[in-house]
Amino acid sequence: MFAAIFNLNGHASYLSWHFIQVSVPNVVVIVLALVVFVVALFARFPGGHGSKGDDR
Amino acid sequence: MSTSSGPAEERNWTVGLRKRVFGALPPEKLLPDSQPSYVASWIYVFGVLTLSSLAVIIGSGTILALKGPGWWHDSSLGHFFNSVHLWAVELFFFFMVIHLWAKYWMSAWRGGRARVWITGAVTFVIAIPCALTGYISQQNFDAQWISTQAKDAMNSVGIGAFFNLLNFGQIYGYHVFLMPAIVVALVVGHVLLVRRHGVVPPLPLDAELAALGSDPAAVTEEGN
Repeated sequence: MFAAIFNLNGHASYLSWHFIQVSVPNVVVIVLALVVFVVALFARFPGGHGSKGDDR
Repeated sequence: MSTSSGPAEERNWTVGLRKRVFGALPPEKLLPDSQPSYVASWIYVFGVLTLSSLAVIIGSGTILALKGPGWWHDSSLGHFFNSVHLWAVELFFFFMVIHLWAKYWMSAWRGGRARVWITGAVTFVIAIPCALTGYISQQNFDAQWISTQAKDAMNSVGIGAFFNLLNFGQIYGYHVFLMPAIVVALVVGHVLLVRRHGVVPPLPLDAELAALGSDPAAVTEEGN
């Protein structure tokens, strides 16, 4: 499915900044991980309230 | 054999091991039926997602190893399992990195959990070459190109003599047995340590710290 949207057979594009060089797919994955991390911090967990008490 | 507890039994290795294991991990601690309320958060989910990905990696990798490169290169089902194996690894690292970020920012080594943190961090480090040796185990031109390029990096740091990327048998052994065995052993230890010490509680709020006289240790020990 994604192959129809993205060309997965060619070379990846690269971003360069001084000595740092990173491919666009890697940047996409890093940004996605950061977004998932932030969402996981603030998104409400189903059944999060009224669950079993603190048994630590 | 005596059934009474005496000096002979005290010297028995099996008895000593049993006492130590059940002392550290009684059944209700090893297999708890509830967790603290703060665990009901999405940020606590990524550890188990990492474990799930590892199970898929081991399962798909076992099938690939059983069927061989002719199957994973030339049949549609082989392509499918090859892709499952690759994407399970991608997800494994994706989830593991988010899990690591979460635990780093909540100082998960608090409350006597240093070994929990260390086993997790070492697992991450060992998992990297475990995954990279998979590129060389593909048995195609991609693997050939990567091995011939990466060998120079290994030689430059002086480990090429015993980590020879041009020695397919050696690297395949690393990929399918040695490194997965280390990763799985570390993960088992990590999970058992989490069971023993409990899931790390969130960092205390400033107000809580002030009420406790600004003694973070008093708060962190609560999590045990």
